Amino acid sequence: MAVKEQYMTQRQRNILNKVLVTGIGLFFLLVFLTPLGYMAVTGIKGTDQINDPDASPFWPQSPKTVEYEGEVLQVFEVPTDDDVKELAAVKKTRTMTTFIDPSNPAAGQIEWEGNWRQLTPVYEPDPKWENFRRAWTELNFPRLFRNTLIIAVTGTIGAVGSSILVAYGFSRFDFKGKNALFMILIGTIILPVQATLIPTYIVFARLGWINTFLPLVVPHFFANAYNVFLLRQYFLQIPREIDQAAMIDGAGPFRILTSIIIPQSVPAITAVSLFHFFFAWNDFFTPLIYLVSKPELWPLSVGLQRFNATYGRMPNLIQTGALITLVLPVIIFFSAQRVFMQGIVFSGVEK
Amino acid sequence: MATANRSRVTAETPVAAKRIKAGHMQRYHTKWGLIFISPWILGFLLWLLIPTVATLIFSFTNYSAVTPELTEFVGLKNYARLPTDPKVITSLWVTIRYALISIPITLGFGLLLAMLGNSEHLLGKNVFRTLFYMPMMIPAVAGAVIWKGVLNTQTGWFNLGLEAVGIPGPDWINSPTWITPALVFIGLWGVGNLMLTLMAGMQGVPTELYEAADLDGANPWHKFRHVTLPMISPVLFYNLTLMLIGTFKYFDMAYVLKDGTGGPADQTLFYVLNWYKNSFEYNLMGYGSALAWVLFLIVLILTIVNFRAQNRWVYYAGD
Repeated sequence: MAVKEQYMTQRQRNILNKVLVTGIGLFFLLVFLTPLGYMAVTGIKGTDQINDPDASPFWPQSPKTVEYEGEVLQVFEVPTDDDVKELAAVKKTRTMTTFIDPSNPAAGQIEWEGNWRQLTPVYEPDPKWENFRRAWTELNFPRLFRNTLIIAVTGTIGAVGSSILVAYGFSRFDFKGKNALFMILIGTIILPVQATLIPTYIVFARLGWINTFLPLVVPHFFANAYNVFLLRQYFLQIPREIDQAAMIDGAGPFRILTSIIIPQSVPAITAVSLFHFFFAWNDFFTPLIYLVSKPELWPLSVGLQRFNATYGRMPNLIQTGALITLVLPVIIFFSAQRVFMQGIVFSGVEK
Repeated sequence: MATANRSRVTAETPVAAKRIKAGHMQRYHTKWGLIFISPWILGFLLWLLIPTVATLIFSFTNYSAVTPELTEFVGLKNYARLPTDPKVITSLWVTIRYALISIPITLGFGLLLAMLGNSEHLLGKNVFRTLFYMPMMIPAVAGAVIWKGVLNTQTGWFNLGLEAVGIPGPDWINSPTWITPALVFIGLWGVGNLMLTLMAGMQGVPTELYEAADLDGANPWHKFRHVTLPMISPVLFYNLTLMLIGTFKYFDMAYVLKDGTGGPADQTLFYVLNWYKNSFEYNLMGYGSALAWVLFLIVLILTIVNFRAQNRWVYYAGD
């Protein structure tokens, strides 16, 4: 009996702990993701609501109106003797307002003494879905998407292809100075882009590459430290006996790479491709420097920033624009999150 | 090729065969190794080494993109100007202050989330992890405009929340006092990497250590302080280095929030923003090169200091 009682309390305590910890987690999560809620809701608000201090700060809504004898009338909350009624104003003056009851227009006009401006307008839910279409054309999203995709896809192909070759070289061949070269490779991670950018910019300008995609794409065809590091780690885990066996069967190094190493490393290659794709999709700094004076070539990041800087009066469209910009990376992230987070932990914890 | 070799090798005496094979293998490895890493070697020279040296040379000139024909060597003049340039001083202060405030808060938040995420009592661990990581996937510009909206005084939800608990919220984005705290809040959105790596680090702590601590009658705080913290210190250290360097490269958020002005009152004039304005808005690329090299040195020193300090307080299992 005593044992059972103890067991029950143990179980109860367990449930309590679960509720408590999960509750705290949910609370943090809710606060953490609130900005996304703000974005989603503000994005479908009308421009009038943004400047209307009486309107709800949360839900998209607009003042309720009714049509009466061919006229559009605004509805107010009118305090009457026994309760507050929703009435439509027919005639508004400072001292006297004439209303009709929209639910019972036949009852005739009701007069109310006082300044109508002191009355609270009645609001009704009014999500402006057309904001998506407006933002789509105002920001010229088809062009922004096309440019971003060109930059991201070609850059990813270049970065991943070259990094596979280099990682293969570092993981499968022993030569003098390999370790020193690998240390240099890892060391380049700390080099800030700013330390190389001015001469590179000047050379690109001489070559006529400013205001083209080339400066954003070409440098990625030469591998980079992060990708090489991650891929090399993965390649090292593939037993060397497999490629030695293939070598004895007469396979050359390229053959071994394409028929053994690459098929064995799909998860690592996927992770690296995703990393680069996201980097290119989100990159703001490089396109700002090389493409800023050529709107036809702007990617999403620059397009959204410029819109934000010039159309401050349209915060709703800015939020819709942000939503359209982030939706693809977020969807890809959710569908590939396992690959993703493993990649991060892998590169992070292994140092 | 390999089969031909094999038949030749069998004809030799075993020792000589080995030597020939070894020599051959060495050549094979060197040749193919260098072929495969050649894209990186070429890229390293073209995009990293030569430009970095060129930046150093530029930093001794008065090069301007507007009048490149007037370029001449000015010796150390650009460097001598740095400590007298109020914008440089401001940008250093803005950057360092942000690092000092933001890094401890972010580390604390990351630790908290990692502990929550690893708790045996948390339901839906995967969802928790994924959702806390997710803002890292949001393009920086989109994140900046979202936060600019959330923090605005007119329709923003942040101040509404504060008002709900009786605190009148400031004008975060336009007040020189409040823009830094605002940036710290915004920075918490990037906690994902930190949280994930800390979680992985915590999972790597051997359970025997906790059991031993239990036997010694340790309370949860003692266990955290004397078991968890020392055991995850390599991960903490790794993240600390990343965050420090990240602050010195901070740009996107400051640029988008204030349209690249560095305002209010230069309080978002981070080091890289000041570098960008000098190099690409005022076209003072010689001076910009000096700023870039100083940045490079700062990052280099931070990295070295961090690696040195690591020996003192970082515990590596097996050492």
